[in-house]
Amino acid sequence: MSGIPSSSIARKIIMALSGLFLVVFLGQHFVINITSVIAPDTFNTWSHFMGYNPLVQYALQPVLIGGVIVHFVMGFVLEIQNRKARGVRYFKYNGGANASWISRNMIISGATVLAFLFVHMYDFWFHEMVYKYVEFSPEDPTRYYTETVEKFHSPIKTGLYVISFVLLALHLLHGFASSFQTMGVNNKYSAAIKTFTKVYAIVIPLGFAFIAIYHHLNPITQ
Amino acid sequence: MKLTLKIWRQDSANSKGKMQTYPIDGIEGDMSFLEMLDVLNEGLINKGETPVEFDHDCREGICGSCSLQINGEPHGPDRMVTTCQLHMRSFKDGDTITIEPFRAKAFPVIKDLIVDRSAFDRIQQSGGYVSVNTSGNTLDANAIPINKQDADSAFAAAACIGCGACVAACKNASAMLFTSAKVSQYALLPQGQVEATERVENMVRQMDLEGFGNCTNTGACEIECPKGISLENIARLNREFLSANIKG
Amino acid sequence: MSVLDSKVPKGPLDQKWTAHKNKINLVNPANKRKIDVIVVGTGLAGGAAAASLAELGYNVKTFCYQDSPRRAHSIAAQGGINASKNYQGDGDSNYRLFYDTVKGGDYRSREANVYRLAEVSGNIIDQCVAQGVPFAREYGGQLDNRSFGGVLVSRTFYAKGQTGQQLLLGAYSAMNRQINRGKITPYNRHEMLDLVLVDGKARGIIARDLVTGAIERHSAHAVVLASGGYGNVFFLSTNAMGSNVMAAWRAHRRGAYFANPCFTQIHPTCIPVSGDHQSKLTLMSESLRNDGRIWVPAKKEDADAIRNGKLKPTQIAEEDRDYFLERRYPAFGNLVPRDVASRAAKERCDAGFGVNKTGEAVYLDFDAAIMRYGKEKALISGQKDASDTEVRVLGEEIIAAKYGNLFQMYEKIVDENPYKTPMMIYPAVHYTMGGLWVDYNLQTTIPGCFAAGEANFSDHGANRLGASALMQGLADGYFVLPSTIGDYLADDIATGTIPTDSPEFEAAEKEVTDRMAKMKAGKGLHSVDYYHKKLGKIMWNKCGMSRNEKELKEAIEEIAALRADFWENVKIPGDINTKNQELEKAGRVADFLELGELFAKDALTRNESCGGHFREEYQTPEGEALRDDENFKFVSAWEYKGAPKDAVLHKEELVYENIEVKTRSYK
Repeated sequence: MSGIPSSSIARKIIMALSGLFLVVFLGQHFVINITSVIAPDTFNTWSHFMGYNPLVQYALQPVLIGGVIVHFVMGFVLEIQNRKARGVRYFKYNGGANASWISRNMIISGATVLAFLFVHMYDFWFHEMVYKYVEFSPEDPTRYYTETVEKFHSPIKTGLYVISFVLLALHLLHGFASSFQTMGVNNKYSAAIKTFTKVYAIVIPLGFAFIAIYHHLNPITQ
Repeated sequence: MKLTLKIWRQDSANSKGKMQTYPIDGIEGDMSFLEMLDVLNEGLINKGETPVEFDHDCREGICGSCSLQINGEPHGPDRMVTTCQLHMRSFKDGDTITIEPFRAKAFPVIKDLIVDRSAFDRIQQSGGYVSVNTSGNTLDANAIPINKQDADSAFAAAACIGCGACVAACKNASAMLFTSAKVSQYALLPQGQVEATERVENMVRQMDLEGFGNCTNTGACEIECPKGISLENIARLNREFLSANIKG
Repeated sequence: MSVLDSKVPKGPLDQKWTAHKNKINLVNPANKRKIDVIVVGTGLAGGAAAASLAELGYNVKTFCYQDSPRRAHSIAAQGGINASKNYQGDGDSNYRLFYDTVKGGDYRSREANVYRLAEVSGNIIDQCVAQGVPFAREYGGQLDNRSFGGVLVSRTFYAKGQTGQQLLLGAYSAMNRQINRGKITPYNRHEMLDLVLVDGKARGIIARDLVTGAIERHSAHAVVLASGGYGNVFFLSTNAMGSNVMAAWRAHRRGAYFANPCFTQIHPTCIPVSGDHQSKLTLMSESLRNDGRIWVPAKKEDADAIRNGKLKPTQIAEEDRDYFLERRYPAFGNLVPRDVASRAAKERCDAGFGVNKTGEAVYLDFDAAIMRYGKEKALISGQKDASDTEVRVLGEEIIAAKYGNLFQMYEKIVDENPYKTPMMIYPAVHYTMGGLWVDYNLQTTIPGCFAAGEANFSDHGANRLGASALMQGLADGYFVLPSTIGDYLADDIATGTIPTDSPEFEAAEKEVTDRMAKMKAGKGLHSVDYYHKKLGKIMWNKCGMSRNEKELKEAIEEIAALRADFWENVKIPGDINTKNQELEKAGRVADFLELGELFAKDALTRNESCGGHFREEYQTPEGEALRDDENFKFVSAWEYKGAPKDAVLHKEELVYENIEVKTRSYK
């Protein structure tokens, strides 16, 4: 596994940095999405910008994909190492006595989010790629809102999205605060940072869930 | 009190171990957990069986020898105590108690409940010291004033007894709390700062070499630590590590 | 002239050590690399010695029975370490520390050694601070000091209630540095089973790898024994479970004289025994006596009622309480030295006034202090007419700030809230002043065999003052031994590595294996603990806080009989050639069974009362210790001659040129 830093702390720092990057992306994603509820026209404008701006497409998009890959690959590498570090399993292990379920099961929440990402990428990104680079369909700055609302027609898919957002919240509840600890932040602002991360971890995924449910309940009728 | 004990028995490092069940009677609440095991062993010896071996020494919570995983938690269900300070009044008549060695790849079992924690020694040897000779000509002890808060924080980190409960509790068998306690003690004192860069790099390298897992900030170590060593120390270790690497 | 030569240098007291260091032989750095030193025990004395010797360039091998040097029992010392730094400007000096230590030891220690101890005490603090030991500090960033029992200055440095731990971790870190450099090879989970002499000199040890059971030979040009005290001869003590006398006793059997075995310190404030299952006793810091008042019921029927659970201590009226220390020693009250406080508690319990279910406990009551502090606090904070309940709450807060961790520890063990009901305490064996006889160079009567720390007898006389044990261990290890051992080793620069295949090593190993085989061949009637507990009972009842001729004679007989029984009937399960904790214990108990007898014989020989040694026949009409300076101002050094009863007494007369020998009085 050349290229992966040999020090455990260095690996942790990479986990934290890539995680923080994804958290920032998530915030930006949310801001755009929430316009689909408030102002569909703005949503269309911004979506179009993201879809056709060369800087976003050829610089930010690959970085984002890279960040996602690094975070997930490193997550699995660490998980495998951590399992090996125990050696013989405990006959009885009362993990709940000293640590939250969330913090002990980041791999479960993380893997769920990863699975969701595949669905999500298929729904939106794959569709976009086909639209732009396979079918060479023309630019249409007004199509995004309708397409998005259409995606939430199915109650099963909407439910799937909502469940994924709950797990994302759990993942962030531990992960966001944890990344500051890994980066060595520990000062008089630590408590405030912790509170902020908890609020963020709940509000953003719930917001996404709200958007999904909103669009499911308010289909476009023509 | 009548109890059922489920105890890990293993003849030697290379043999296969298994859980074995022992009923025990006549246990009083005033007994410490280890005294309860003394009673078990006295009975086993008198019956001609081999007694259960476990590490213990000072029996007052400071040497860090005792190391049992009791009902799935290091040093048992009580907080801020070592196994030798855990008393049987924490259990009820008829309870079944599971007793296992601390488990980590870096802590191989030697016999029964005894594990080899020399990995901790090697981490300390790799840099857990200040390079000063005993010449009798060192600086006067009061020559460098040290802020009381720093001195107190350094003490709080130095209170670690090296028992290994942090590793045993951690789902990843990570030794970060142990390593960070030592790094923090020196990082907080002017005497330790001269060698800070090499210390943190060497100690972390040794910690990794021993095969401990990675810290995922679950906080289990802090909860189970009999001396209440704080997670702040891990943050400090991370910071020290980062700045050591930035400095190069 | 005695066969014992203390080798105290000539000259004025305060120049002896410097003059001595200037005159003794040195070994040049290139030659130090050719010399091996074995250090047995890795506590304060052993750890400090190993690190310092390795720094100098010697090849050091350390041995400890624990899994890591850091777990040696020095770690359990709570209170502090003395040093005559005079940081408080309260008139402290090397002479004062020297004087207090000799007086506290009831004039049974060697002047020159004690003065040297005081002289290097300041260096110890400097050294420890340089190593990063986090001593307690004041807000100005300077080191803080405490006062301890029996002295008039504040000279005790401390790190909360864990001073021993912090100092030991300091020594351990110094060792780690040398291990990392390859200058110390640590043999952990190893126990020294015998000392090997070649041509009359200590040249190595036989050790057992406690994990594999393998018997190993280790050679060296000198052997340092820093293996601690022998308090566990009493079975119940504040020592660690594994603390033992084996290394010192094996050296004694090979020719090292054993000095003052009967000088044992019984600490007054320990948590009482709760039942037969008890494996160990826990100390409560001496500092509690600053605020606690010690009492028992004045009426026997009240004491009976308390023992039967019919009465609670809080129900006993003030006039029905006997504050016996304040009554007997109005001047010092509850702060009399350890030996005096312990004996007074035992006297009351023997008379039938003891309070817990075993009748062996007295109360240590903080109620008066809680109310006193509470009232003061209430007044300061403007509550001029606070109710008793309010005052109590304030007072408890102050007591919690001072002693919170000790109160919590008490509650964990006893399951009673010491803020509400008085603590129960009883004396327990804590420290042994006696040990291997050493000269000024810390060399035993075997050339090349040195003893340091609690394992030697040198500095505390018949009673040790609080916070002096840590000072002595580190003084011996850091500053004395590294200088004096060079004087001896200077003759060994051309010797070369000592071979381990010599007939001497062969014979020593055979003795060790035969002994284990003999132990294992016992009929298997009783466990090792059975014998250890029996020995402990004899020692506690007949050689404990007060001794008399009749019982000491009985003890000698009983211990000899118990020893014979042990060798015939002991049961050791498991195999000799594996990890076997019962076998480890058996070896240690076998030595205690010999030491115990010598202990009783020493106590029987010393027809006086001094320090921790109280003979009922020698007391004043008021029941105070009666020293006999005319006939007993000497160190008893015992030469091994087979059975302990045949040991031969050698006397080292103690000379006091710089201090006036007086009777201690605390009234």
